[in-house]
Amino acid sequence: MAKTMLGVEVLTGGEATAHAMRQIRPDVVPVYPITPQTPIIQTFSRFVADGKVDTVLLQVESEHSAMSAAVGAALAGGRTMTATASQGLALMVEIIYIAAGLRAPIVMAVGNRALSAPINIHGDHSDGMLARDSGAVQIFAENAQEAYDLMVMAPRVAEHPAVLLPVLVGQDGFSVTHSAENVALLRDEEVQDFVGPYEIPYPLLGERPSSQGLFAMPDAYYEIKVRQVQALEAAEQVFADVARAYALRFGRHLGAIDAYRMEDAERAIVLIGSTAGTAKDVVDELRERGEKVGLVVLRLFRPFPHKVLADALGGVQRVAVLDRAAAPGTFPPLFADIRAGYSGSAELRSYVYGLGGRDTAPQDIEKVFAELERPAHGGIRYLGLTGEDQHGES
Amino acid sequence: MIEVRWHGRGGQGAKTASHVLAVAYLKEDKSVQAFPEYGPERSGAPMLAYTRVDDRPIRRHCAVTQPDIVVVLDPSLTREVPVTSGLRQDGMLLLNVAEPGEAEEVAKSYQGQVLGVTADQLAKEAGTRFPNVVLLGAYAGWVGTPSLEHMEEALVEVMGHLPAKAKDASVRAMAAGYAAGERGRADG
Repeated sequence: MAKTMLGVEVLTGGEATAHAMRQIRPDVVPVYPITPQTPIIQTFSRFVADGKVDTVLLQVESEHSAMSAAVGAALAGGRTMTATASQGLALMVEIIYIAAGLRAPIVMAVGNRALSAPINIHGDHSDGMLARDSGAVQIFAENAQEAYDLMVMAPRVAEHPAVLLPVLVGQDGFSVTHSAENVALLRDEEVQDFVGPYEIPYPLLGERPSSQGLFAMPDAYYEIKVRQVQALEAAEQVFADVARAYALRFGRHLGAIDAYRMEDAERAIVLIGSTAGTAKDVVDELRERGEKVGLVVLRLFRPFPHKVLADALGGVQRVAVLDRAAAPGTFPPLFADIRAGYSGSAELRSYVYGLGGRDTAPQDIEKVFAELERPAHGGIRYLGLTGEDQHGES
Repeated sequence: MIEVRWHGRGGQGAKTASHVLAVAYLKEDKSVQAFPEYGPERSGAPMLAYTRVDDRPIRRHCAVTQPDIVVVLDPSLTREVPVTSGLRQDGMLLLNVAEPGEAEEVAKSYQGQVLGVTADQLAKEAGTRFPNVVLLGAYAGWVGTPSLEHMEEALVEVMGHLPAKAKDASVRAMAAGYAAGERGRADG
């Protein structure tokens, strides 16, 4: 929490996220804390206790209750946020679907972590993928700075009249949530001004009270659902607009993707989250040796920015898609999404990596780029497995 | 980039030390990263923490496997943990030792620079039981960066929640460590 004259502090992703929440000043934050989102609510509840923010911090008896309380609070007319991870997110998923269906713009910070069993507290994207089809917007940060910036951007995406959906802002468990690094915070009033007041069209409370959560028969349900789907699709443009506004105001542009040294790349990796930093270091090293390699980091996962991604992959010949989650029985989520929407000429290959916090070293990334020079392997490759298993592929 | 690995026992302040060092380097306009290695957390169990420092922005979030500098907070750890594992042969090993001269014995197979500091004793003399602050001081004195002034400022900031008496003791302990580090540097 140390300050310097530069206005940059050494903060973990979790602490930076808690600062964003303090500066946004949500009305209600229902919580049931779980590792590794720990530093988020731990830090935020200290801000509440110290009187630095006047949020109602609701401690409830489970994540299911936390999310249910969030739906009620958001629809009643209060800006609402929460934070969770792993099994906690799994328990929330039932209610995230409801939040999306009821168009409750709740902002959720997620410290992405593996799902049990075996029980494991470390980072992967399995929890986020479980919420993949919930109808929520889902964004992933690469580092603590992005976790902060995306959290400040999130309310404007969630609450935009064309969207009105929950937004999940993910950061990799431990490698971002608990890793302290340089973070530049904005001033409180800058954040409040950027976010603006909370307004939803039909609050439960107020001068024109509304009914929420009504029964929809076959004559109405379908139309309501399709409008919800369209709202999520609309979030792509809204996210782009918010990212542009953020960049104009604060100088940091966080678009749907981060295309790194892709200009004339022949081989590329696409991935999500904190391994991007390691991959950027490897891309720089290989570029110095004259290899035409690049990286695309996906920040916006839902809605999926098919066109933006296809444009970035433009002239590439071979692409390795690295998923930090498996989809047993089929191809993993990021790969499946890219393949579904991609009509370019590049050959796409699927890798799984980093499950349960398995470290992904620069050598692992180098290995992927080297394999991209060789003929296709087919199926799914598992990066970073030890012993016999490393030859396993499906 | 400098990569530092901290060996401690749960509760000894290895994580805090990794953080204080990062904050001190931030004051010298460096890009920094500080993180512990999380396993089952038990008081007294061996644990690891890391600090990365660079002039350029640090982007990687992978593990530190070949540190430049290793700092060991507990004299008994060298008997149960391979503290020089992965440590670069041209690196530096800073040890908390029970007796002066013990360091050479502990690190006889290590080719790089070794410095032993009686951190427990120096901490006690300064009025604290934490060797981490002594070793932070010794690090600054021996490595040459960050400055003692920045290290002290970082310590006071990170320990902002502690009573003044504890902070004063820590600053004294750090100064004693710094002097020991400087002597080690002069001895080459």
